[in-house]
Amino acid sequence: MNLTLKIWRQASAKASGKFETYKITDISTESSFLEMLDVLNDKLIKENVDPVAYDHDCREGICGMCSLYINGRPHGPDEDITTCQLHMRKFKDGDTITIEPWRAGPFPVIKDLAVDRNAFDKILQEGGFISVNTGSAPDANAILIPTQKAELSMDAAACIGCGACVAACKNSSAMLFVSAKVANLGLLPQGRAEAATRVKAMIAKMDELGFGSCTNTGACEAECPKNISISNIAFMNREFLCANIKE
Amino acid sequence: MGTLNSRIPDGPLSQQWTKFKSTCHLVNPSNKRKLDVIVVGTGLAGASAAATLGELGYNVKIFCYQDSPRRAHSIAAQGGINAAKNYQNDGDSVYRLFYDTVKGGDYRARESNVYRLAEVSNAIIDHCVAQGVPFARDYGGSLENRTFGGAQVSRTFYARGQTGQQLLLGAYQSLNRQIKKGTVTMFNRREMLNLVVIDGKARGIIARNLVTGELERHFGHTVVLATGGYGNTWFLSTNAMGSNVSAAWQVYKKGACFANPCFTQIHPTCIPVHGDYQSKLTLMSESLRNDGRIWVPKNLEDAKKLQKGEIKGNEISEENRDYYLERRYPAFGNLVPRDVASRAAKERCDAGFGVNNTGLAVFLDFADSIKRLGKSVIEARYGNLFQMYQKITNQDGYTTPMMIFPAVHYTMGGLWVDYHLMTSIPGLFALGECNFSDHGANRLGASALMQGLADGYFVIPYTIGEYLSNEIGTKRIATDTKEFAEAEKEVRAKIDKLFAVKGNEPVDFFHKKIGKVMWDYVGMGRNEDGLKKALELIPLIREEFWKNVKIAGNQNEFNTEFEKALRVADFLEFGELIARDALQRRESCGGHFREEMQTEEGEAKRDDQNFAYVGAWEYKGDDAEPELHKEPLEFKDIKLVQRNYK
Amino acid sequence: MSGFVSSSIGKKVIMSVTGLFLIIFLCLHLFINLLALVDADGSIFNTVAHFMGTNIIMFVMQWVLAAGFIFHILYSLILTLKNQAARPVKYEVNTRSDITWSSQNMFILGLGILAFLVLHIINYFYKLKFTDLIESGQMSEYELVTSIFTAQYWYYPVIYVIAFILLGLHLNHSFQSSFQTLGLNNSNWLPRLKFIGTLYAIVIAVGFSIIPIYFLMKALL
Repeated sequence: MNLTLKIWRQASAKASGKFETYKITDISTESSFLEMLDVLNDKLIKENVDPVAYDHDCREGICGMCSLYINGRPHGPDEDITTCQLHMRKFKDGDTITIEPWRAGPFPVIKDLAVDRNAFDKILQEGGFISVNTGSAPDANAILIPTQKAELSMDAAACIGCGACVAACKNSSAMLFVSAKVANLGLLPQGRAEAATRVKAMIAKMDELGFGSCTNTGACEAECPKNISISNIAFMNREFLCANIKE
Repeated sequence: MGTLNSRIPDGPLSQQWTKFKSTCHLVNPSNKRKLDVIVVGTGLAGASAAATLGELGYNVKIFCYQDSPRRAHSIAAQGGINAAKNYQNDGDSVYRLFYDTVKGGDYRARESNVYRLAEVSNAIIDHCVAQGVPFARDYGGSLENRTFGGAQVSRTFYARGQTGQQLLLGAYQSLNRQIKKGTVTMFNRREMLNLVVIDGKARGIIARNLVTGELERHFGHTVVLATGGYGNTWFLSTNAMGSNVSAAWQVYKKGACFANPCFTQIHPTCIPVHGDYQSKLTLMSESLRNDGRIWVPKNLEDAKKLQKGEIKGNEISEENRDYYLERRYPAFGNLVPRDVASRAAKERCDAGFGVNNTGLAVFLDFADSIKRLGKSVIEARYGNLFQMYQKITNQDGYTTPMMIFPAVHYTMGGLWVDYHLMTSIPGLFALGECNFSDHGANRLGASALMQGLADGYFVIPYTIGEYLSNEIGTKRIATDTKEFAEAEKEVRAKIDKLFAVKGNEPVDFFHKKIGKVMWDYVGMGRNEDGLKKALELIPLIREEFWKNVKIAGNQNEFNTEFEKALRVADFLEFGELIARDALQRRESCGGHFREEMQTEEGEAKRDDQNFAYVGAWEYKGDDAEPELHKEPLEFKDIKLVQRNYK
Repeated sequence: MSGFVSSSIGKKVIMSVTGLFLIIFLCLHLFINLLALVDADGSIFNTVAHFMGTNIIMFVMQWVLAAGFIFHILYSLILTLKNQAARPVKYEVNTRSDITWSSQNMFILGLGILAFLVLHIINYFYKLKFTDLIESGQMSEYELVTSIFTAQYWYYPVIYVIAFILLGLHLNHSFQSSFQTLGLNNSNWLPRLKFIGTLYAIVIAVGFSIIPIYFLMKALL
C-alpha cells in the first residue's frame, strides 16, 4: 500500500517543531506500524534526511516505551493495543496518516516523536511501593488474598506506564496512571499499612508536576491499551478523601 | 590468566550456601555509605540488586538505556517463576528443583550455583508477595501454580500471562523506594560504553547520555553488570529492539572471560516470520503448551495444500494429524523442554510438513482443551496471549489452530562468573542472563525470572559484601585520572571512526546480514562446515560495515540510529565468538545441536568424556584468536545420564 | 486540610459537592414550577411561591445557593485554566472515541448555562426581590412567570428551552461524575450511575421545558 505521512519533526526539546510530509510506497499490510516507520527511516537515511526519532523497545506491547498519537488517537485506530502491535491492515491504501508526539506539559518532547515521561517515575518514587526489606517476608501463603481482590489488583497492575491516558485526556491528567498503582497496592492487605501516606504523596507529586485534573470524561479508559478501568480513579478519590478526613 | 577459580565453598552441596552466608565478611553500616556500587541494567537482576544494595546502605548508581527502569525486557516474560514451595503437595523439593534444572540444562551447569538457586527460590516468592506482586490465587486465597516444560510437578507461580511484568514492577517499586530514600541514584537513557579498570580492578564506567550525546564518567568501588542476553545477534529474536551485548563485550575486551556463548535457546512457541521487513519476533508463553497440542499433517499432500493456502488446518481430520511431540515423547508429551520441542518442529518442517506459506510453522491447537474445559477457562488462562496472536496475525486462535515456529529467545551463555558471581575481572560482577552460571546448555521455562531475582535479591548482597569488605580503605577515585581519560578516549575513537565511514547502507542492513548468517549456520542445527562458513562470512560483513555503513545525524544529540550502530558493531564481533565456541564444542547438548552428534532417533548426543566443561574465552587482541579456558564440571550429587523425556 | 483544598482532587470535590447541591436544588425548583401547571389560575403555585419567598429557612438557603453557584463556577474556572495549561501545544488531529460529547464540553455548556442564569435572574429573581411588583399587588408570582411566555415575547420560550437542553447535557455528565469524584463508584455502579444520571438529566430538561412550551401554546391557542 502507498501512504502519505504527516509527521511532527522537532530537532530537540528547545527547538520549535513543525509537520513534514513524506510519501511512502509498497508497505505490506502484514507489517506493523513501527516496521512501516523503519522502512521510512531507511529511505530517509538514504536520502540524507535525518531519520524520525521515536521511542520503542520490546515491540510486543508490554514495555510501554512506544507512544505516538496516530490520526488523533494514542496508539492509533485499534482497540486495546500499543503502537508496536498496531498493524498496517488497519489502514487503507492512499491514506494520509498524521503522527504526533504525546502532548502534555509534563511530557516535554526530546526529539521528533520521542517524549520524556520521567514524570511518571517521579510520581511512583513518592510512594508507589510497599515498604518491605529483602529477606524479611513471611511465608507467601501466610497472607491469604481472596481471588476477587487479587484479580482486581492485577487488573490495575497491568498498567504499562505508556502515558496514553495522559495523551488522550483533554486535561492531560495522569489520574488513571496514578490510580492504577494506588489501587494495585491499596487493594492488597500488604499495601494497607501505608495506603494513606501513599495516596497523599503521589497526588501531591502529580499536581506539582503540572498534570491536569480529572473531569471524568473516560477518554483515558477508552484509549488505554491495557483496559485499565476508571473505577480505579474512584478508588483513589475515596482513598484520598478518607486519608484527609482521618487526618 | 591462570586457571579459572570458581571459589565454590567446601562441604556438601546442601551446606555450601549456608556456610558461605555465615562465614563471609561483612561491611559495617557506616562504611557501606562510603562505598559506591555501579549497577548497569534495570531488569529483574539489576533492579533487585540495586534495591537490595540500597537497602543495605551502599551508595548505588543504576543505569539503563530506556526512558525508565520499568521498560527493561524482563517485563516481557510471560509464563511464570519457579520455586520449590511444594504448595501443591506433589512431591517437589529443593533437591528436585535443583535436579530438574541441572538435567534440563543437559548437565552443563555448575552444580553448586544451581543448588543455591533452588535453595533461595522460595524466599523469592515470599518477598515478591510481600512487595505486592498479584500472583494468581485460588478461591481460598492461597497461591496457584501451573506446570511448565521439563518438570513433572506444578511449581510455577504466575500472574496471568504477565509474570515478568509484575515481578519487574515489584523490583522497580523497591528501587523507587530506595531512590526516594536517596541510597540509589537513577541514570536513565544512559548506555554503558566502556569499563574503567584501575590497578586490575573494575572501578567505573563510561556512559553515553543518550539525550545529549555527552560521554559521562562514573566511579564505583565495584561494578555490577545486569545487562541481559545477546539474542539480538541473530537480528530476529524475541528480545527487545534495544537488547544488546555491548556492555558484556566491552568488559570481555578488558579481560573478563566469556563463557559458553554457543549455548542459546531457541523458543518453540513464537509467532512465525511473515516477511523481510520484519523487525522482531513475538514469543507466546510456553504455558500455552499446557493446554495446546502441537501437530502437523501426517500426509505430505495435506502439508502442500496448507502451504498453498488451499485448505485450512481445521479441515484436516483427526487421523491425518501427527501430534509429533506426543508420539515421540509420550511421558512429557507437549511439555518437553524447549530445545527438544524446537528441534522437533524444525525436523518436521525440514521434512516438508510446515503448515504456512513459508513452510516454517507448526500448529498449536486448543480445540481439545476448549472442548474439555470450555472457552471461558482457556480465555481466563491465556486471554492476553490469544489477543496478542490475533492482533499480530489477524487470526482467531480459539477457532483456528495457532501457527508457531521456534525463534531465538534466551542466551544461557554469558560472562564467566565464579560462585560469588564475580567475573574474571576483580570487582566486576555479572547477574541474571548476562552471566552464564545456572542454566547449562538449556534453560527450563520459568527459571530465568527465578535466576534474575535470586542473583539480585539474595546472592549479590552477600557476595558483594565479601568483596567490598576489602575495599573499605579505598577512597573514592576522582574521575579525572588517566584510566578514566583513557577509557573515554577509546570510546570517542570508536565513535569518530563510525562517523568517518560515511558509507551507503543503514545499520539494519548489516544487522540483517549477520542475523541471516547466524540463523543459517549457527542456529538450531549446527555442523562443522556451516560453522566454518560462518567464521569466514562474519569478518567479511564486519569489514563491509566499517567501509559502508551510513549513520545519519551527529553524535551530540538524541540519535537512535547511532545507538544502533554501536550495538551492531559489537554484534559483528561477538557473532564470531559464538560460531567459534560452537565449532569447538563437538557434542550436542541442550540448545547446542551439532548435527554430526546425534543418536539414531535424532536426539542430542552429549560427550561427557570430552566436553563436561565450561568453555570460557579470553580476549587476546582484535587480531589474535581468543584463548579457551576450560572449567571442568564435576557432578557429585547427580549421575549423568542421557536426557530422556520419553 | 489546606493541602486537601489546594490539591487537584480537593478542588474536584468542591465541584462535586456544590454540583450535587445544585442537583438537589434543581429537583425542588422543578417541583415548585410544575405546580404552576396544576390549576388554571395558579393559586397553588402562588401559595407555595409566597411561602418560599417569606420563609426564614429559604432566606438563608438562597445565600447558600448563591454560594453554591459561585463556588461551582469559580472552581470550574480555576480547574479549566489549570487543565488548559497542562497541554501547552495542542494536537493537530483529534479523534475522540467512545466518550460523550458533553463530558468533553462541560465548561462550554456551563458558560451557556451561566448566560441563561443571568437572563433568568433579570427575568424573575430581580423582579421578585428588588422590585415591589408582588407586594404592591401589580401581579402575582404566577402572572410574573407567565408574563414572558407570550406570543409577543416568543423568543423567551425558545431561549429557555435551548438553555434546558444545555442544562440536560451538562447534567448528563455531571451526575455520575460527582459520584466518581467522591469515590462513590466502582465498576458495578459505574453503568448504574450513568443510567440514573441520564434519566435525571432528561427529567430535568424535559420537566423544565414543559413550562414555557405550555404557556406559549396556551397564549397562542
